[in-house]
Amino acid sequence: MKIVEKSLSFYKEFERKSGPHKETTHYCPGCGHGNVHKMIAECMDDLGIRDRTVFVSPVGCSVFGYYYFDCGNIQAAHGRAPAVATGIKRANPDSIVISYQGDGDLAAIGTAETIHTANRGENITVFFVNNAIYGMTGGQMAPTTMIGQKTTTTPRGRMETVHGNPIRMAEIIATLPAASYVERVAIGNSKHIMKARKAIRKALENQVANKGYSFVEILSTCPTGWKMDGPDSRDWLIEEMTKVFPLGVLKDDADEREGDWYRPVKGFEPAKRDTYLGADIPDEVIEKVGLKQDLMCKFAGFGGQGILTLGLFWAQVGMRNGLHTSWIPSYGPEMRGGTANCSVNISEKRIGSPLVEKPNALVVMNQPSLELFEPDVIDGGTIIIDTSIVEGRPDTARLNAVLIPATEIADEVGTPKVANVVLLGALAAASGAFTIEQVEKTLRATIKKKNLIDMNMTALKRGWDHVKNGG
Amino acid sequence: MSRQFMKGNDAIVVGALQAGCRAYYGYPITPASEIAHAAAMHFPALGGTFIQAESEIAAINMVYGTAGMGIRTMTASSSPGFSLKQEGMSYIAGAELPCVVVNVVRGGPGLGNIAPEQADYFQVTKGGGHGNYRLITFAPNCAQEMCDLTVLAFDLADKYRTPACLMADGFTGQMMEPVEVPLAKEVPYDHTSWAVAGTPETSKNLISSIYLESNDLERHNLKLDAKYKEITANEVRYEEYLCDDAELIIVAFGIVSRIVYSTIDEARAAGKKIGLIRPITLWPYPSGIISQHAERDVQFLSVELSTGQMVEDVRLAVNGRAPVHFYGRCGGNVPSGDELLAEYDRILEGGRS
Amino acid sequence: MTETVQKDAPFIEITGELCKGCKLCIDVCPKSVIAISEKLNGSSYHPAYYTGADCTGCALCFYACPEPAAIRVVKP
Repeated sequence: MKIVEKSLSFYKEFERKSGPHKETTHYCPGCGHGNVHKMIAECMDDLGIRDRTVFVSPVGCSVFGYYYFDCGNIQAAHGRAPAVATGIKRANPDSIVISYQGDGDLAAIGTAETIHTANRGENITVFFVNNAIYGMTGGQMAPTTMIGQKTTTTPRGRMETVHGNPIRMAEIIATLPAASYVERVAIGNSKHIMKARKAIRKALENQVANKGYSFVEILSTCPTGWKMDGPDSRDWLIEEMTKVFPLGVLKDDADEREGDWYRPVKGFEPAKRDTYLGADIPDEVIEKVGLKQDLMCKFAGFGGQGILTLGLFWAQVGMRNGLHTSWIPSYGPEMRGGTANCSVNISEKRIGSPLVEKPNALVVMNQPSLELFEPDVIDGGTIIIDTSIVEGRPDTARLNAVLIPATEIADEVGTPKVANVVLLGALAAASGAFTIEQVEKTLRATIKKKNLIDMNMTALKRGWDHVKNGG
Repeated sequence: MSRQFMKGNDAIVVGALQAGCRAYYGYPITPASEIAHAAAMHFPALGGTFIQAESEIAAINMVYGTAGMGIRTMTASSSPGFSLKQEGMSYIAGAELPCVVVNVVRGGPGLGNIAPEQADYFQVTKGGGHGNYRLITFAPNCAQEMCDLTVLAFDLADKYRTPACLMADGFTGQMMEPVEVPLAKEVPYDHTSWAVAGTPETSKNLISSIYLESNDLERHNLKLDAKYKEITANEVRYEEYLCDDAELIIVAFGIVSRIVYSTIDEARAAGKKIGLIRPITLWPYPSGIISQHAERDVQFLSVELSTGQMVEDVRLAVNGRAPVHFYGRCGGNVPSGDELLAEYDRILEGGRS
Repeated sequence: MTETVQKDAPFIEITGELCKGCKLCIDVCPKSVIAISEKLNGSSYHPAYYTGADCTGCALCFYACPEPAAIRVVKP
């Protein structure tokens, strides 16, 4: 005996539905949504996927999809169903995700999400119910409304020159290489419906087999919005809509993609994260360096001279010797005069403002920086100048000047690129806060290209010696 | 734990991963892009998900989908992008989903500029989207807090099933400081009672914010309100510095609190009794401690990178019992220490109100 | 409102209270064995009913009907 009846993937009673009628839908008489719901539910039964299906209900008449489908239900904002579906599928690639959308949702407000979800080839199934009108909001024009069709917002009929043309979403989606299967079907007559059942099944089977993105556009009816009865609306669908929206398969290379679109979550174990981020590396035991005063340094030069990196090295010398440090690059309006600069604080105490407004040490690698920042340096502060590049000299009555041809020294060492390390040596020596061994240790640990360590050590030593030996 | 030197923006991603955040969805925008860069590098390497979405709107809705599955997830942006996320955040709050959203605030309104501001205070703390909802909001002021408050944001988001926000600024994002990287944790939370995880045990659940009947929606709103009251009672966080004898209490958060902090010792050395209250949570707001100090003879000064937004919450807390002053800079300008010290003097000498 | 039928013949059951009277089932029935009742159901629709004989069990009415539970097709 064969019985064709209500699918088990529907709730027995629609308890989430308000009002007394818990066995009927909220849809108007003759509405196509019910037909499509039945075909989807039947397929969920047949494929045995109900338990792991997540049905995404959009905004529109089918916003209440969750009244009916006995599976996980997530209601989405208008047009956002494919983005929500993406978030669902990526979180659990073994779930079966159905994005069920109307024409306003999919082809107007959610066009971007629709296209980009297809373009990523998300392994989901999109059912696009196109009934050429907005149902829930009261019969307004849809992006798929026919030319000449009267709606509450096209009371004189849709006109190409005013409202544009009905948009063919299936054709657009079919141009995207990552979409696996795109078909347009209809529910105009029994033949249509039997074809639609097959398409819906194929679209869901594709997802089960991880064959990627499937899109089925279903031409449907809105008897209320169209102001017709059930049979007339089906006739109008056949006579008018199928002319503008031809039925058929627009794309199908799903069989070539079996398994390609499965994006499993491979482990996310805490231990793996700890190792990856270095959280499980014990800190070196650091003998904390004492400071006579806070080191408030500004580093300035042209972009590309390594001046910001110099600041980073310096800050890490502080950190690796048990001190509080901060580094902040010039940012926003502070970036002026073609210079790159950064502020570095090193202190025994917690650091307040990371911005160094009044440095007690300034390292400059170009002339504009000297002019710009020299006045900010506090009386008795130190200015370190790369004399290979900077012609000006500071006010030595007010400030301590360290003049060092850093770029020339660097060139002798091997490359002008290590001028910043020469200056690091000079600054470390001039500050009197650290031993050269302490600075070397930091530099060794900080430099990523290990084959360059020796050259950098030489550059550092040259800068250090330049200050210690009085130039 | 290990100590590493890193940017505030990177510290957010480290905190997120160690908190068990498994999916990041975002769209590039200065000055928050480094968060997306770090997420793109690290999430896939650890088996998580990173998607550069087609828009901020798509990104927040991907967050909605993943959060609905009971998986820790986040997005990050800067002011204009944060504006675009508001619809999705209202849905997330309405559907009671946990997630973390970061706003590295830049100058506005409109396209504004990429420099730091704090002018999204109203939007973030008063509910930028539609309807009755609140956003747990943290205001980190250093790289360590960018990491630690991200972890806390995930924990509280789960605890209360509500979105949490980190409101940072360009400075805290760009600044590098030592960060103690916390050890990773398992998420010790059973989501099966509410999440829709695509599993048999969650197949009866519904994620939704629609309540057609007026009584149902009112009941839902009252339930949310009760939750927000519970958060207000339990989750206020702030830092207080030298307030007990202060004649002038500065209220400042984020980068501004660091500048103010630097000025206080200098002011104290000159015999001026200045203190600082730094809200760490902007919502719930630390009204209690401000109110407590307002009982005595004291003045308040709210310093912000805006034309005056948080100052309204200071005034509400003070409720007319003490003078409340405001000093702000915007457009990417930040007040200098000297500028602030001069402002303190003006107030203490009674020259400004 | 279940109709009784001949033993071993296919038949349909239409639950009149769940019918919204859209007539789509009547439109698709190849045997024209479904008709509209003159009586109103509890929701003020004229429901469809099976005229009682000659159903082939093709189930086209089931798929044409938008309601999940209004029609049940039995093919012994």
